[in-house]
Order: sequence, then structure tokens, then C-alpha cells
Amino acid sequence: MAERKIRVLVTKPGLDGHDRGAKVVARALRDAGMEVIYTGLRQTPEMIAEAALQEDVDAVGLSILSGAHMALVPRVINLMRANGQENVLVFVGGIIPEPDVRHLLEIGVAAVYGPGSSTASIVEDIRKYVLGEKPIAQN
Amino acid sequence: MQITTVDTNCLADAVLEGDRLALARLLTEVENDTAAGREALDMLFPRTGQAHIIGITGAPGAGKSSLVNQIARHYRSLPEPGKPRVAIIGVDPSSPFTGGAVLGDRVRMRDLVGDPGIFIRSMAARGALGGLAQTTAAVVQVFDAAGFSVILVETVGAGQAEVDIARLAHTTLVVEAPGMGDDIQAIKAGILEIADILVVNKADRPGADNAERILRNMLELGHPTDTLYHHPHCPEPENPFNEVDAGPGETRRPDQEVWLPPVIRTVATRGTGTPELVDAIQRHAEYLRRTGEWKSRDQNRIQTELFERLKKALVSHWRSRVDDQAYGEALTDLTERRISPYQAIQRLLEAK
Ligand SMILES: Nc1nc2c(ncn2[C@@H]2O[C@H](COP(=O)(O)OP(=O)(O)OP(=O)(O)O)[C@@H](O)[C@H]2O)c(=O)[nH]1
Ligand SMILES: [Mg+2]
Repeated sequence: MAERKIRVLVTKPGLDGHDRGAKVVARALRDAGMEVIYTGLRQTPEMIAEAALQEDVDAVGLSILSGAHMALVPRVINLMRANGQENVLVFVGGIIPEPDVRHLLEIGVAAVYGPGSSTASIVEDIRKYVLGEKPIAQN
Repeated sequence: MQITTVDTNCLADAVLEGDRLALARLLTEVENDTAAGREALDMLFPRTGQAHIIGITGAPGAGKSSLVNQIARHYRSLPEPGKPRVAIIGVDPSSPFTGGAVLGDRVRMRDLVGDPGIFIRSMAARGALGGLAQTTAAVVQVFDAAGFSVILVETVGAGQAEVDIARLAHTTLVVEAPGMGDDIQAIKAGILEIADILVVNKADRPGADNAERILRNMLELGHPTDTLYHHPHCPEPENPFNEVDAGPGETRRPDQEVWLPPVIRTVATRGTGTPELVDAIQRHAEYLRRTGEWKSRDQNRIQTELFERLKKALVSHWRSRVDDQAYGEALTDLTERRISPYQAIQRLLEAK
């Protein structure tokens, strides 16, 4: 009867047109039994926050290759907080310099996955968080 | 998970007050068929029955989501009195192996962002085969009670006759696109029978004329003008109440108006044909109201739903009463071919 599914929004903010990484993550999460809402390219922070709200997701994954993460991610997080979604896990994938990673983690991003990260670790982290609200391993 | 315990009263009240986060959370409860979700539905049910439920079905890639995007935009561009709030439910298949899903209908709905009069929700079919999830009808009820007067439901789009949507919706759109090589296939699968409106989308592509001609021919065959038969909207649901009350609309008086599904051409990526399509949807709603079919469809749907729920409830009630051992023994006897399935049922129904 009551079936609890983990729902994850996988999205690509910013203007770069590469969604391969996002699609790989979306498929990995699906293969792990999660329901992934995929929005496609060129999402504004407003679009992302609205989708996260309407879909009542447990986690939001932002794939950013454009280098605009310092502008985009804080806006997404602020909008989600304003909507009352401060408990939703936010993770970021992309090539992000170390100082920026630290900053993103400080403002509430749960994890940043660089190019070498395995999708299995993303799956694992989301599961842990959703099932137990444990802080997840950060890299 | 952010909500472990939900105060149902609060949730339903907040939804009625227009709280969008509460609405989103309630939809999750209802989708998961939780006790909290059911209680909220009990509270909200008296407020349902107001919305125009519009189904959009058709083969994968035919342009259903793009059309939903245009239809919603059109409704939201209407002048204020009579400008409806629009809810959109996009159903996509779940993987039969992992139970996971990638729900991608939002990709084509980016024009709708930032309008508080629109609410889009994606659903995975979660193993249901009829093009909708088991709880899609309940999700529709929540939107209905929350005051969304137009509800657009996009089905999985298996290209089969998706009977569930015809049962749920007041108006069913079947979307075809030229050059998909499945025009005839779709017709064979009986999809025309569920169509109130046929859409030839991708009319910018070669082959649109041909697709439209084929559809019109099929429609003429399906709707001989000199008979009194109305096209069967959906096969008769398996339903014991139908014997008691055939319901209006099952038998058609000779003088009763018959709806001939119009064929509308669209280019969903550009919005061409959207005004004509919405006009046809509105005319269909008026037709349903004028002929009393609105009410009879509503009645049919409620009956089917009641029956489905009753079936489930009876089985689980019975299962909670029957002794595990007796059940196991009957099953063993059955697998060992000592008794037949009918004998097993007989024994189990008598078991205490
Ligand atoms: N040329 C043309 N392409 C279109 C038209 N409508 C939709 N498309 C394209 O067709 C593809 C599928 O469109 P969708 O709206 O996602 O189709 P769908 O039926 O919702 O697809 P599923 O939900 O995956 O079954 C997209 O690439 C659209 O841009 C149209 O009128 N003309
Ligand atoms: Mg679609």
C-alpha cells in the first residue's frame, strides 16, 4: 500500500548546453529505484525552486559546468528556504575549485561531486540522508 | 524526509487556503496512499466535482507535453473572470526492474514557470499498466478540491488504448503525429474509441495531410451517422452496480445529440492551432453539460472507483480474517493439483 519513493530533482541551471552529466546521474538514481524529475537545460534558480516545491522532492541535484556556481547555487538555496524547503538535500555536480566547494558547503550544500565521483556514492548519500537525516560525507 | 508526522487537518486546511507547499506535501501523501493522505481526501472530497478534467494521450514523442504547455498557456491568457487555475499531472513509466523512473514531462513546460495559477506535478506509473498511476485519480481530486478548475492529465503514452484516462477525464485528447509510422497501429489498438478530440500534432512535418485523412476516414467508419449508437467511450467497467443502475448515457435516445470528435491540427512547439484546440475542448465541455453526459461520466467514474476500492478493501478484510495455515494448505493442495482453483476458492471463502 503506502509506498515511499525517494524523489529527486535533477536539473541544469545556467547557460551551458551540456546535460550529459545530469542525464548520467538521473539514470543512476532511477536505476537505484528513485523517482527523478528531470527538467532539462537552462533552468533559472526560480524555475528550479518552483519545480522542487511542486514536486515535493527529497533532494535537488544541480549540475553546473558553466563556472557560474557561485552566482546560481546561493540563489537556489535562498529561494528554496523562502519556500520552506530548508530540509531538502541540495547537491552539486561539476568542476568546482576547492575554495568554492568550501563556500558552497558553508551555505548549505550537502555535497559537491567532482568529475571523478561515482554515481554509486551519490545514490548512497541521498539514501542515507533521506532515510536517516544523517549529514552526508563531503568531498 | 521532511515530514514524518503530518497533521492532516492542518494540511488539508492549508491546501484550501492556497498554501502551495502544503499542496505539494499532500500530493505526496496521496500519491503514496498513506493514512494521512486518505484522511485528507475524506475531508476534501465534498469540495470535488468542480474541475474540468482533460486527458492527453498518444504515442511517446507525439508532443503531448508540448501541447499541454500550450493549452495551459492559452487558458492562463484568458481575461480574468473565467481565467482558470490550471493543474497539470504528467505520468511517466516506472522501470519494471528497479521501480525507479525518470519523469521528463516538465522539460517541455518551461513557459509555465512563475505563474502561481499553474501547478505541475510529475507522477511515476509505479507498475500500473493503463497509462496512469493507481493514485492519479486521487491526485486529481486534491487539485479539484484545491480550486484548480482545469486539470490536464498527460498519460504515459504507450500508444495503446489507455482506457483509464477515458474513464477519469471529461474530455480525452488523442494526439497523433505524422511520420511516426504508427498511425495505423494506434487505430488498430482502438485508441480512436477513447478520443473526444483528435489532434494531428507536428503539422509542420510532411505527412500531416495523410495522417489527418486517415484519421477522418477511420472516424467516419466508427461513426455511421444513420445509427443511434454512440461510440463506446470506454469499455464497460467490470462493475456489479451497472446491473442495478445502467446510468444515463448508456442508452441513447434517437433525438439525442451525438458528439463527433473533431480533428485539429497543431504545431505544439509554436502554438499553432492552440486556440482552435482549446475552443474544441470548451465546446466538448458544453456538449457534455447540455446532454447530461457530464453527470453520467462523473457517475460512472465514481462507481468504478468505488468498486475498485471495495474490491481491494474486501480482499484485505478477508485476508486479515482467514487463518494463515488454512491459506497455506489450500495453496499447497492447489499447487499439488489435489484441488482445482475453484475448489480452492470455495474452501478459502468458507475458511475462518
Ligand atoms: N516539429 C515539431 N516537433 C514537435 C512538435 N511538438 C512537439 N515536438 C517535438 O517532439 C518531441 C517530443 O515532444 P513532447 O512534447 O516531449 O512529446 P510527448 O508526447 O510528451 O513525449 P513523451 O512524454 O516522452 O511520450 C520534442 O522534441 C518536441 O520539441 C511539433 O508540433 N512540431
Ligand atoms: Mg511528455
